[in-house]
Amino acid sequence: MEKEIRKEEPRLMKGNEALAEAAIRADIDAYFGYPITPQSEVIEYLMREVPNRKDKKIVVLQAESEVASINMVYGAAGAGARVMTSSSSPGISLMQEGISYIASAQLPCLIVNVVRGGPGLGTIQPSQGDYFQATKGGGHGDYHLIVLAPASVQEMADFVFDAFHLAEKYRNPAMILADGALGQMMEKVVLPPDGGLSKQPKPWATTGKTKDRNHNIITSLFIQPEEMEKVNLELQKKYEAMQSEVRWEEFQTDDAEILLVAFGLSARICQKVVDLGREKGIKIGLLRPITLYPFPYKRIDELADKVEFILDVEMNAGQMVEDVRLAVEGKVPVYFKGRMGGMIATPEEILQEIEAIHEKQNVLHD
Amino acid sequence: MNEKLLLDDGTELEQVFCRPDTLTDVPYHYCPGCGHSVVHNVLMEVVDELDIQDKTIGVAPVGCSVFAYHYMNIDMQEAAHGRACAVATGIKRVLPDKLVFTYQGDGDLAAIGTAETIHTVNRGENILIVFINNGIYGMTGGQMAPTTLPGMVTSTSPYGRDIHMSGYPLKITELAAQLPGAYYVTRQSVHNPNAVRKLKKAVTKAFEYQMQNKGTCFIEVVSNCPSGWKMTPVETIKYLEEVMFPYYPLGDVKVPKE
Amino acid sequence: MIKGTVKIDAKICKGCELCIVACPQNALALSPNFNDKGYRYVELIYDACTGCVNCALVCPEAAITVYRQAKSSKKSQLKSE
Repeated sequence: MEKEIRKEEPRLMKGNEALAEAAIRADIDAYFGYPITPQSEVIEYLMREVPNRKDKKIVVLQAESEVASINMVYGAAGAGARVMTSSSSPGISLMQEGISYIASAQLPCLIVNVVRGGPGLGTIQPSQGDYFQATKGGGHGDYHLIVLAPASVQEMADFVFDAFHLAEKYRNPAMILADGALGQMMEKVVLPPDGGLSKQPKPWATTGKTKDRNHNIITSLFIQPEEMEKVNLELQKKYEAMQSEVRWEEFQTDDAEILLVAFGLSARICQKVVDLGREKGIKIGLLRPITLYPFPYKRIDELADKVEFILDVEMNAGQMVEDVRLAVEGKVPVYFKGRMGGMIATPEEILQEIEAIHEKQNVLHD
Repeated sequence: MNEKLLLDDGTELEQVFCRPDTLTDVPYHYCPGCGHSVVHNVLMEVVDELDIQDKTIGVAPVGCSVFAYHYMNIDMQEAAHGRACAVATGIKRVLPDKLVFTYQGDGDLAAIGTAETIHTVNRGENILIVFINNGIYGMTGGQMAPTTLPGMVTSTSPYGRDIHMSGYPLKITELAAQLPGAYYVTRQSVHNPNAVRKLKKAVTKAFEYQMQNKGTCFIEVVSNCPSGWKMTPVETIKYLEEVMFPYYPLGDVKVPKE
Repeated sequence: MIKGTVKIDAKICKGCELCIVACPQNALALSPNFNDKGYRYVELIYDACTGCVNCALVCPEAAITVYRQAKSSKKSQLKSE
């Protein structure tokens, strides 16, 4: 989306709160959620702020579970509302059945995952361990979410607008895949303009059958296999069209001999690695996917032609690296550096890894 | 309804009952004699009589009545198994002026969806919950339901429901009535013409209460399952009267105080 | 006795017989014939219907339309007697 010039003064805000404020400004009709660390500030902020916004009509409801939340989202989205929920990893796992239904019924909505370390109850510290779940569907059946990965508090706010814009354009659920650090940390943010996201009519919504139209049905049940396949083909066509929305960011890739690929918080760390490496004369560049679905396969493939090797850095055991390898198709070696369970790699640690690989590569070449 | 009929002897007859206008022309997929269809008919008759087709939004469950939206000519959503009350909450909260109802079976409402059911009633969500209790899972082929009676034979209780193993039949209607959010709770049936008349009155009341924002209305219909019970439809009437109603007594469970 | 009659949509009748037991006049019975779906459908077998609506209320298929002597025509009949 085109970035407009913002006149508002910068504010110092937590990522979760900036996201919640952006949701109010994006004129959501409803938020349904269930508290879970590290994202409870989203519902807390909405509960506190919405009653003070007399010009807004927003439903904020604390549900009895994430399962109920996502099904409330289904109902409200099916009724034509701009609706969202937020949670963290275990809660998002609970929502998967509902998300699959939402994808099949083609309902636009926003799901925010402020990822924490797993598997299981895990830890409340930041992680990127839900990449597979977010980008490959997550629930049952063939479907995809539109996935945006913010790397700053500013993007926590901005991506609310982008996510709703894309969700409504494609009648598809969108996800903001953040992590516990982005949710909790405070940074300078210039908030998006209030009311800056227009609403389009939704003639398919269940708003009460009027005489001039047939009854609207929101369903994900297509019991005849011929019909179910048709729906699947329609979905696949939609996902194909979504590929044009792919977004990424590059740092110093022009002359890079080594390419880092990282998203979200890891990309912030890798930016520092680029600087540290170049101080030592190592020409490192960074590609940061902004949309994780669609994924910038093509651009990574192009850059692979120009570099010695690629190092993929994530806060997990290696998930996005599989997509990077798919993009590169063996043209250059793709290495992986990851920390898990809520641990975050330091820039020095990553640089050391690069130097070690570099050395190994040279030995191989000699 | 104004259609007239002239008999051979010159007597003029007027139409006094016909298929509700708000039913589609799609023939029901239900087994012969199934109570589901009767409840569908009653719901749509009330929607016709109150002239609320443009205001009513239904939520279908997972179970035999999963295709309720094929028959009811109103806007409808199909919920995940057990989540009809959550879906209805989502709809009602963003469209508070519409009339929202869920239509759920015993597995959907009283097993997998118990949490949603209880919390929706507890919030006093201003919707109507229609709960069809026939003590069996019809759609999946006659397995034990939370409401299956002790000793009742199903495909997963082939020697009769053993309460020591599977616990007791859940009277979720009485449970719901305990909650302050429940405004009107009643247990009805459709096993004879008078029962159908009473159900119609209950549904009418429930929609009227919803128009007045009174809170959750909860109507259980103790119904049959000829295929699952392995009886003829006429035999199910006797079973209802002799076996089901003593455990699930008909009548109002909670009535408004005023 | 008030006169009435029913029209039964034989195409969608599933022959469940619930209307037969609900009829206070015992005026309904299964036809010896079958409809396209293979069900023996219900027919009005003799002219005793009072238009009480009982059969239609319990009919799962909403297949029964009921007619009853109009109040006005009943009055005119009384007059002529």
